[in-house]
Amino acid sequence: MSASRVEELQQAASEKRGFSLGELVRRRPETITFALLVAICVAVAIANPAFLQPSTLIDIGRASVVMGLFALGVFIILAAGGIDVSFTAIAAFTMYSMTVLVQRYLPGLPIAVIIVMATAGGALLGVINGLLVHHLRVPSLIVTIGTQYLFRGFLLSFIGTVWIMSLPPQMGAFGRLPLLQFESANGATITLPFYFLVLPIAAVITWWILNRTLMGRAIFAVGGNANIASRLGYDLRKVHVFLFAYAGALAGLAGIIHVCANRQANPFDLVGTEINVIAAVVLGGAKITGGTGSVLGTILGVLLIVVINSVLVLVGIPSTWQRLVVGVFILLAAAFFVTRQRKK
Amino acid sequence: MQTSSGQLVMLVAINCLLLIVGAMISGGTFLSLFNMQSMASQLPELALLAIGVMLAMCAGNGGIDLSGIALANLSGVLSAVIVSSFLSSADSEMAFSVSFIVVAVAIGLIGGTINGLLIAKLNITPILCTLGTQMAFMGLAVVVSGGKAVTVGSPDLLSRIGNDLFLAVPINFLIFAVAAIVIAAVLRFTPYGFWLMMTGTNPKAAVYAGFPRTGVIVSTYAISGTLSGIAGMIIAARNVNVKFDYGSSYLLIAILIVVMAGVKPEGGYGRVVCVVLSAIALQLMSSLLNFGGLSNFVRDFAWGLLLLTFLAVGRYDVVDFLTPMRRQPNPSASIPRTPKPNN
Repeated sequence: MSASRVEELQQAASEKRGFSLGELVRRRPETITFALLVAICVAVAIANPAFLQPSTLIDIGRASVVMGLFALGVFIILAAGGIDVSFTAIAAFTMYSMTVLVQRYLPGLPIAVIIVMATAGGALLGVINGLLVHHLRVPSLIVTIGTQYLFRGFLLSFIGTVWIMSLPPQMGAFGRLPLLQFESANGATITLPFYFLVLPIAAVITWWILNRTLMGRAIFAVGGNANIASRLGYDLRKVHVFLFAYAGALAGLAGIIHVCANRQANPFDLVGTEINVIAAVVLGGAKITGGTGSVLGTILGVLLIVVINSVLVLVGIPSTWQRLVVGVFILLAAAFFVTRQRKK
Repeated sequence: MQTSSGQLVMLVAINCLLLIVGAMISGGTFLSLFNMQSMASQLPELALLAIGVMLAMCAGNGGIDLSGIALANLSGVLSAVIVSSFLSSADSEMAFSVSFIVVAVAIGLIGGTINGLLIAKLNITPILCTLGTQMAFMGLAVVVSGGKAVTVGSPDLLSRIGNDLFLAVPINFLIFAVAAIVIAAVLRFTPYGFWLMMTGTNPKAAVYAGFPRTGVIVSTYAISGTLSGIAGMIIAARNVNVKFDYGSSYLLIAILIVVMAGVKPEGGYGRVVCVVLSAIALQLMSSLLNFGGLSNFVRDFAWGLLLLTFLAVGRYDVVDFLTPMRRQPNPSASIPRTPKPNN
């Protein structure tokens, strides 16, 4: 009873000050992300009305699935104060070995089983990450740089380097399966693919884990201060293994969707995009030192990066500027959030 | 700090072992003067970047410099574009080379200072800051070069730095050696070195002790950036062309070298001589794998495995375990950062 009373008081207190914009931004940093996203969209729509065509919007939606899945995994690790750069290697590893496996040995495997196996494979590689991070007790950045090379090196030296252009039929069919289909003004068929659904589902599950389970509490507690969390009785080993396994599972899922969507399996793919994903999560308001952030912010951050990547050309900026723009955005967002937090 | 001399002994032993194995596998050609020279001329780029990463790690507070190779490429590319816009290498090779070198190192210094200012003044976490600047530096290199390779050519002085020998030692190796000795001396004999290590050991105590925190951090990243600039200059000298995505695996390898050298990722301890030895060991291993005819991918795999192995060695004090007589009675330095669960 007293706890709820305290909460009430806190709420009342925050409502009194809640009208100031600064307070809102400090408590919900993703509002800035949202404002930025809207601003960019409006600016681009004015500069080039073609942006608002359904085909462009659906392209953005489609492009954000794989990155969004990655970002949810990175976000949950970031929330616990770690960082992961090996998820692209996990995705490449699972997608390519699954494709090879299905093509060579199990051609009749149903797509649902393929997806489950890829997710489980990713989770398994994630467990390796989690155990290493927990037992080696060094910053997870360094550990996951090591495992990135380990996984990718293993994939390329022992599994294969051949670009698979013709997928097993059930995987190709899954990539083409429509969720929504309509004809645009110029007669072309526009399809929102079925796999798009995976992103909102994964987002809701991640939100549920973080906000409605004890594991979510543990994750934010470890992100806030790992020492205190372990003294409170949270099992750090369990948390670490869960985190990295979950991120690995999302990466495996993202990998198989990437293959199905592109209708080819390139073992050299994906690795190298991790900085974009981390940038998206950070732009979504998650602090890189852990303990904060939200799923909504992460998704907004992903949309922001995808929009920046795809609209530069629409407004006439050469695509060579893309990296510079994203890099500057990361620095601005980081500086902005830091100064905001200091002013409280 | 009880592992400090143990680490040094171990690295020397690893180097000797690799030389012996190399000599046995290749039947002596591994130890030939030519092979030694070619390995020595491949070493500086990476070793310079590794020293930069080491300095950033020593500064503590999660310090790391991920922007090293991006900044090195940016210095090469931008310097080539700037200098060739008002000087032609055909007119005066000497003037072109000198201005190329000066501009490249200056760009490294500026880039490093930007890193340092962002981290010290704005309090951005080093990982995030250098991740952002890595992207920005690489992006800038793409913008100024249009994503293509930029030709530096081989004007007199520059090509000598890249390819020639002085007293049978490659000149770029000498440049690297001078840089390493200067940094080692600065760390050992100046107050800056003391401040750096103490700031890394305990930032709060360092501030209360009156150390110039901002100055230390800015100069640390500025030095790291300058080293990147020098590395960029050497890359240009050795390769004739410079491109924004050169050496994409250098970031990992630089971190691997630093971890192998026993630098503490949490800050406060690191020795230049260990970093140099560990870079040499890695170069020897890399050449050995080449002699064995293994693909680059196997090498990537091996590097990843090696990094994790050395993290485990550092974590479980294997060096002390193997040399028990070195063990101090008071293990004050090895308090784990987080208490074990279920205690």
